[in-house]
Amino acid sequence: MAPMRDNQKKGVIQSVDWFTILLFLVLLGMGWLSICGACYDFEEDINLLAPGSRTRLQLMWMGVACGVGTLVMFTDDRLYDAFAYIIYALLLVLLFITPFLAPDIKGSHSWIKIGSFSFQSAEFAKFATSLAIAKYMGRYGFSLSGNWRNFVGCLLLIMLPMGLIVMQRETGSALVYFSLFLMLYREGMPGSILFSGIAAVIYFVVGIRLADVTALDGVTSWGEYLVIMLTLLFTAAMLYIYEPHSNSEREAHLSFYRRYQMMFEVITYGIGITALASLFSVYVRAFNVAIVQLIVTGAIIIRLILAGLLRSVYRYCYIGLFALGSLVLFYSAHTILYHVLEEHQQKRVLVLLGLKDDPKGTGYNVIQAQIAIGSGGLHGKGFLKGTQTKLKYVPEQETDFIFCTVGEEQGFAGSAGVLLLFMVLLLRIIHIAERQPYAFGRIYGYCVFSIFFFHVLINIGMVLGLAPVIGIPLPFFSYGGSSLIGFTLLLFILLRIDAGRNRLRR
Amino acid sequence: MQDFELEKRKYVLGGAVILVIFVYIMRLFSLQLTSDDYKARADSNAFMRRIQYPARGAISDRNGKLMVYNQPAYDIMVVMREQIGVDTADLCASLGIDTAWYKRRMDEIRDRYRNPGYSPHTQQLFMSQLSAQEFSNFQEKMFRFPGFYIQKRSIRQYNYPYAAHILGDVGEVSPADIETDNYYQSGDYIGKLGVERSYEKYLRGVKGTEVLLRDAHGRIKGRYQGGAFDQKPVPGKNLMLSIDLDLQALGERLMKNKLGSIVAIEPSTGEVLCMVSSPTFDPRQMVGRQRGKKHRELSADPMKPLLNRSIMGQYPPGSTFKTSQALTFLQEGIIDPYRTAYPCSHGFHYKGLKVGCHGHGSPLPLIPAIGTSCNAYFCWGLYYMFGNRKKYPTVQDAMTTWKDYMVSMGFGYKLGIDLPGEKRGLIPNAKFYDKNYNGSWNGLTIISISIGQGEVNLTPLQIANLGATIANRGWYKIPHIVKEVQGEPRDSVYTRRHYTKVSPQNYEYVCDGMERAVLSGTCHSARNPWYVVCGKTGTAQNRGHDHSVFMGFAPKDNPKIAVAVYVENGGWGANYGVPLGALLMEQYINGHLSPESEKKAEIFENKEISYGTYAR
Repeated sequence: MAPMRDNQKKGVIQSVDWFTILLFLVLLGMGWLSICGACYDFEEDINLLAPGSRTRLQLMWMGVACGVGTLVMFTDDRLYDAFAYIIYALLLVLLFITPFLAPDIKGSHSWIKIGSFSFQSAEFAKFATSLAIAKYMGRYGFSLSGNWRNFVGCLLLIMLPMGLIVMQRETGSALVYFSLFLMLYREGMPGSILFSGIAAVIYFVVGIRLADVTALDGVTSWGEYLVIMLTLLFTAAMLYIYEPHSNSEREAHLSFYRRYQMMFEVITYGIGITALASLFSVYVRAFNVAIVQLIVTGAIIIRLILAGLLRSVYRYCYIGLFALGSLVLFYSAHTILYHVLEEHQQKRVLVLLGLKDDPKGTGYNVIQAQIAIGSGGLHGKGFLKGTQTKLKYVPEQETDFIFCTVGEEQGFAGSAGVLLLFMVLLLRIIHIAERQPYAFGRIYGYCVFSIFFFHVLINIGMVLGLAPVIGIPLPFFSYGGSSLIGFTLLLFILLRIDAGRNRLRR
Repeated sequence: MQDFELEKRKYVLGGAVILVIFVYIMRLFSLQLTSDDYKARADSNAFMRRIQYPARGAISDRNGKLMVYNQPAYDIMVVMREQIGVDTADLCASLGIDTAWYKRRMDEIRDRYRNPGYSPHTQQLFMSQLSAQEFSNFQEKMFRFPGFYIQKRSIRQYNYPYAAHILGDVGEVSPADIETDNYYQSGDYIGKLGVERSYEKYLRGVKGTEVLLRDAHGRIKGRYQGGAFDQKPVPGKNLMLSIDLDLQALGERLMKNKLGSIVAIEPSTGEVLCMVSSPTFDPRQMVGRQRGKKHRELSADPMKPLLNRSIMGQYPPGSTFKTSQALTFLQEGIIDPYRTAYPCSHGFHYKGLKVGCHGHGSPLPLIPAIGTSCNAYFCWGLYYMFGNRKKYPTVQDAMTTWKDYMVSMGFGYKLGIDLPGEKRGLIPNAKFYDKNYNGSWNGLTIISISIGQGEVNLTPLQIANLGATIANRGWYKIPHIVKEVQGEPRDSVYTRRHYTKVSPQNYEYVCDGMERAVLSGTCHSARNPWYVVCGKTGTAQNRGHDHSVFMGFAPKDNPKIAVAVYVENGGWGANYGVPLGALLMEQYINGHLSPESEKKAEIFENKEISYGTYAR
């Protein structure tokens, strides 16, 4: 058959996604410039290519990464499908033995030393897990909706490496695996689970971070106030989204208000009364607005559940339970953290979750990072001219805080440019994933997307002071061979699978 | 196998990516483009501006003898943020201070009210002006005291123990100084008195800055862009004083154990040749850390050694003032230099008013009247002037005319010498007497102003300037103490001639009178074989014993020096005023004293006037 012969002839070079490779190379190049900025020292006026310098080492790692990428291109794409579980199992073993072999580096046991090089096994577990889960979910007839066993299987595949990485005390790298829920969402996991998860994270971050900050009236805690407010908003939003789109005649004639009556009740009573109480507290007499909010929200929850049970509209019950769960989650986390745990444990949890910055608790790192970026202005201070980074004001500046160098030396133009490049890369990965003829490729593609997205979201968000401080690298920018090669493998295996998309399988 | 309902979820995920990137770009926008605050904070993180102090200008006398120069001294600076954990007891022991002083000093540094420029991140002055010895002791132990730094500074050093009032001194700036001139910051030095203060802007130079890079640990990482933004300090300008150091030294020697002042002026230029105020002090005591203590001691002394009597002391000029009266009467046509003669019967007697005088021939015309310093002559002169209703419709008009003459001779207002603190003296005007006598007064009421008594007060500088004006036959230049500021053009203020309201011809008569005083009158001891001296004694009455005053110039033609001597409670003008003035003239004109004069100088040096302890 002509098309088949054509495709076989074409081969990898013609069908590989050169656009992504170009993006990869541009990011890699910009990454190296940032490393130069972060490692340069005004005083020593060092040669950037001097032997033993970090800049030179990174250049070498970049060469290795390109080599690995090229090598992947020469492999057979079916290899990954076939060996997915074996690779996964090997990596699990490696993860398991790592803590026993690795020396203690700042409390973390994640670096295995081989000769003068050391590598971080967790960075390679990402592609292995992605392959394994893609294979598991890509099998014929697999469906997430309504099949609890399949869902649990997926969770197990994700949780296993996660748990092992936590054992290495690399919480940041472990948290990355949560991002795979994005892929699960694409593959049919109910959106409400993803939404609940995100809502829980938001409650936690907002509630705990702002617990000690009082609102305008000087009495109410911002954290508590905002969490209850968000609960009400989410509840209203769910009532809107999960109201079935009318295809029945009975509902077609209902007015907009009647159809979304429940949502309007939540908005008027919940948010309306809260707003009135806030105004009263600020301008008339200060009192704890959260009490009013709790009473109102409690009433709404009872109303929803009763309405659901009486009218047999069970989604109202679920939404009511969501609201109840929100409050329970927030208050139990708050209580445990501030009333059950000892102060040093509490601090440790907060630092671990990135809710409190450094052990000094001064917010020094994040402030210095923002000063670095903010001082860049429109055009930046110029290559190798950033003072914040060069003079070591920014912590971890060549690894986790590498984006500061971009902001300081390349300014708004450069850093917004890098963000846009990452955006294009992420959208491109979605595009590639969606054009895969088989579930395996698509699922693997979404795994790659999820992992990259999480890294960009958290790393740059942390530097900008918008996300908790979780120490994970920025793909292609952060110094270090393990993460660079890990990300390259992740991306290039997708490109290799993609390059074979047009070939019909047996 | 494609689920098209699920495929739509790619838009949710893609939308999430776009949303996140959009939010992050907005955040970048607000961080990088909406305020310069972060830039300023980055700069204050990274750049340390180290001040480099320029050398203060040196001061020499008119012959180039170096009087004031700089010597290295060491200030100890502290950075509050860095000094935490220093062993206080050890530090105090190394510096020879007690812990109470340490605590007090630290509190002072932190007190933003007293130390407005305070920052815990910058160097603050902890202890100033250590000697080289103290410095080397401390330097050995400095590694134990992080946060403490040495700042090399220079302190003033004096070659001679003279001219303390003229030179003044330097000290730490006060909060008020910092407030008025933002050039200064806490711990800087500023001229406090004398030319150090009046020429501060020239002497201080311009501070330089070195822009250094400082890393997160406070370590200096070299110069920013190789020093491209550094500013080199500009050294202060040297001053050449118009003072003749030998003359000044002689003046101070002669005024030992006496209160008073000597001022000598070069009439043709207005340059002050010497300015002695007694008692004085040794400027070398006012250096370094003992300055504060010494300053307190001197200001507590009842004899007020810190007061520069030459420009701050306001005295009745006594008979030296008669020359100015003669000039006024001549110019106004009240008297004729040869034809007018007034009687004197041991004084001026009229309508029961009596102003005494000593014995001499009577009546006398002007020149012998000046020569013998006849009180009656000048009382009559004033009486006729103030009583002349043809010329002056009212006594107030006469008074105003008289006052204008006095002001034109440099009295009643500050002359404008380049030293801080000059007083204006007092020349009464019509309004003054209207108020004092309820409008009912005439020439007789105020007759004593004609002989330099009563309400009239002059500073010794004004008396000397009177001498210079007569020497110039009718003009003076504003007296000044700085002959030259290195590299600066002369200030035209000091080169312009100020003419009095009296014609040069009338000055000649007065000069003749003053010559007569030396040849055969009250100043005969000033007579000498080398040159012709013109002089006028004064014996100023006051609450205690009379003040001894002399005003004169020499030589009569082409005068080189005009002198005023004022010795408090010295008695007759001839007792101290004349001989001291004569010695100074001889020293300046001849360049040395003859052996007889040297003997005389020794006698006067050792003469002591006993002053009671009554408040001065």
